[in-house]
Amino acid sequence: MTIRLGGIIVGLGLTAILLLWSLVPGLLNFAMPEKPDYYAFQEENVTPEGGFSFAGPMGKWDYAQLQRGYQVYKEVCSACHSLKFVAFRNLEELGYSDAEVRAEAASWSVPGIDQKDGSVIDRPGLPTDQFPSPYANDVEARAFNNNAIPPDLSLMAKARADGSNYIYSLMQGYVEPDPADQALSPEFETPPGLYFNEHFYNINIAMPPQLLPDIVTYSDGTEATTDQMSADVAAFLTWTAEPSLIQRKQTGWWVLGFLLFATGLAFLSYKQIWAGMKPKK
Amino acid sequence: MSFAWAKQYEPKTDFTKWLDEKLPLPRLVYSAVGAGYPVPRNLNYMWNFGVLAGFCLVLQIVTGVVLAMHYASNTEVAFGQVEHIMRNVNYGWMMRYAHANGASFFFIVIYLHIFRGLYFSSYKAPREMIWLLGVVIFLLMMATAFMGYVLPWGQMSFWGAKVITGLFGAIPLVGEPLQTWLVGGFAPNDSTLNRFFSLHFLLPFVIAGVVILHIWALHIPGSSNPTGVEVKKESDTVPFHPYYTSKDGFGLGVFLILFTFMVFFLPNTLGHPDNYIEANPLSTPAHIVPEWYFLPFYAILRAFTGDLTIPFTGIVLVQAKLLGVIGMFGSILVWFFLPWLDKSPVRSGNYRPMFKKFFWFGLIPTMIILTICGGAPAEEPYVVISQIATAYYFLHFLVILPIVSQIEIPKPLPFSITEAVLGKDADETAKAATATPGTSAGTPAGATPAGSPEPAE
Amino acid sequence: MASTAEDTAMQGAQDGVRRRDWIHIAALSTAGVGGASVLFPLVSQMAPTADTLAASTTDVDVSAIEPGQSIKATFRDQPLFVKRLTPAEIAEAQADDAADMRDPQTLADRLGEGNAEILVNLGVCTHLGCVPLGAGEGEDKGEFGGYFCPCHGSHYDVAGRIRKGPAPTNLAVPEFEFASESVIRVG
Repeated sequence: MTIRLGGIIVGLGLTAILLLWSLVPGLLNFAMPEKPDYYAFQEENVTPEGGFSFAGPMGKWDYAQLQRGYQVYKEVCSACHSLKFVAFRNLEELGYSDAEVRAEAASWSVPGIDQKDGSVIDRPGLPTDQFPSPYANDVEARAFNNNAIPPDLSLMAKARADGSNYIYSLMQGYVEPDPADQALSPEFETPPGLYFNEHFYNINIAMPPQLLPDIVTYSDGTEATTDQMSADVAAFLTWTAEPSLIQRKQTGWWVLGFLLFATGLAFLSYKQIWAGMKPKK
Repeated sequence: MSFAWAKQYEPKTDFTKWLDEKLPLPRLVYSAVGAGYPVPRNLNYMWNFGVLAGFCLVLQIVTGVVLAMHYASNTEVAFGQVEHIMRNVNYGWMMRYAHANGASFFFIVIYLHIFRGLYFSSYKAPREMIWLLGVVIFLLMMATAFMGYVLPWGQMSFWGAKVITGLFGAIPLVGEPLQTWLVGGFAPNDSTLNRFFSLHFLLPFVIAGVVILHIWALHIPGSSNPTGVEVKKESDTVPFHPYYTSKDGFGLGVFLILFTFMVFFLPNTLGHPDNYIEANPLSTPAHIVPEWYFLPFYAILRAFTGDLTIPFTGIVLVQAKLLGVIGMFGSILVWFFLPWLDKSPVRSGNYRPMFKKFFWFGLIPTMIILTICGGAPAEEPYVVISQIATAYYFLHFLVILPIVSQIEIPKPLPFSITEAVLGKDADETAKAATATPGTSAGTPAGATPAGSPEPAE
Repeated sequence: MASTAEDTAMQGAQDGVRRRDWIHIAALSTAGVGGASVLFPLVSQMAPTADTLAASTTDVDVSAIEPGQSIKATFRDQPLFVKRLTPAEIAEAQADDAADMRDPQTLADRLGEGNAEILVNLGVCTHLGCVPLGAGEGEDKGEFGGYFCPCHGSHYDVAGRIRKGPAPTNLAVPEFEFASESVIRVG
């Protein structure tokens, strides 16, 4: 009885506190907070025409696309962005041979130590090396990039919601502001040193537009349009973020198939055991 | 500690006879989850979740021990080490995704288990101790899950650790030193990560210990059942094995199908993208949220926005921050008092019309609303909605339940479980008992008076 | 577990007993297969990781090694002794080729084809895994002028063959090839 009485008093007390000291003042000041004016410009992510080959439960890597994406990363992105969780040896998964990976690794220079005098040098990469960072440290990265550190790209496709489509969208989001949106928030302007991008979370991005048409020349002859390069590099970065993606889905089908079978048997066994125990109606 | 008709373990071979004399472990298992444990014959699928929760605990311990073989609790390398598990360790990605989604599924199972207990009043006498131990398990699970989420040392890990340890800073006088002591520094750092790893490894085994107590306490009165009528005779029960082992086996299969679907096809859906960004103590993500299973309690924490002041004097009695912390911990602590707050002699919600309405149209929507508000940004209208929902939450347990249990007129209960399953004609003793009907003052015929020691032998 | 079938058989009706048994046996065996397959990833996760396996070949530049000099490299997380033998050492080792040894091997066997003087040995005593002395300047080379393991007193000769002490076999010679004139690729 005392517990119940105490409970009622405490319950009413807490409710009173909530309603009188939190809710009422809140309601008195009720006002929808003003969203920053750039929100009007933000656009939903888009998907490449035909979708990504790896999307969906039956997805597969498009190795030619991954290789093109790697070429875009190497020739464009890697000037500013590291890929620190990926090693050169991982490129074998993109369809390169052992010799090609060795040669590819050697074409990068990675920080090393001179075995004779211990001084810091650049040496050719080995397959076991991770992709090197273009900057010695964060301070240098800031200094070179208008105070914005170019983020590591290894996990970018998982570190953003809907990551593959986000990367694809961002790469081609450097457009002129929509005049209709501009009319809604006439005071909005992109500060100097930043670039308007309708897919970036606060619209103004420190990275200038990169994937201008024909900035790379694809070795397989594909035409290097902005759209093509955006899709390719988005596919490549999806692979870097989740190399086990396809293996995972394929394993999943086997596991699900087995479990459906086993659960079906378990159900029959269960029904068999309970036969005769159910009410007869 | 069982019913008189419970089958006894009979060792057949010389070896099992010898073992039974020296270490009666097979006998223990036989009486706990074997043919020697009589269980009400009318349990529905909601009674599957106890066994499933046990399975989840084992799953988390097994995958967790595997992950611990490859992890390193050092802020310099922890994030990369998790990536090492994902990329280099054989099947590491499978282990990690199973562990991360396993935590979510553990909570899904536990919430269903808890709300089954709330609806069928499994917390009532003679089962208070089972319920109390269950709440202890839930609290330990929350602590374990929270510390586990810090280990990958992503942005959400770091800021989750900072915000949650910050709660302790709200305690008057000792708050700030306590917070500094908890994290071993001024903000989450290497010491924090190391102690969280150590405790995250330890606590599951503590949980396993309390689970044993939980099951032990369960075997004193035996399992509850959907009618809430206590077991009276042998025909009310069936042996746990093979009846419920087969049913739990099927339930486990269904659980595993859903679980592996998430692990293999949508492994990051329940997580947050920001946790794939390495922790940066200098920059908070735009919108931090806890894992989904903490959202209702997080919403309660944020619902208290005003200081408790004496009106017109400006004297602050309790700061909003402390009120929020009290509210959040109170929302779970209130469960400890449930067996004594709800005094209705009828257990099952199926026979309690008023209670049933408050459960389905009050408590359940409130929990859903709190979950949504906890995940929403701290802005209107979510704040107002979560304040109203929080108020209802406390009213439900502290005010509505005691009053409803006093004024409600329950529906007539079946005389026995056998009658409930097979109909009145099947139960000889029920026919005799129907001569004394009585549904007048909340103690209908057949309802076991709360606190009655009847089924315990 | 087997009693599932028994109990049901007892409680079931007279007919269809075999079919009933079959379902329980099938369900339990399937569960067993499932449990066993889960063991596979649980066991194989302890095998060497992909980065460890990828680091299992080591390139060693041997061009700067003077005759009679050894260098210590790291191969699979263990020391690797690479030595350019002097003509005197080669002669001594060849002279011992026919000697009574626990693990008879000729110098030519240990050097491999097309290799006259670069001796590659894993610097791990075959007794219990200590690192033998003898590769560094001024270290104890043992009674046979090669390597000496101080842990339990195994003596290896110039070619890394066990001559005295408890070690059962010669120092291991990992697989290697000349990637170029000056570089050997071990592993």
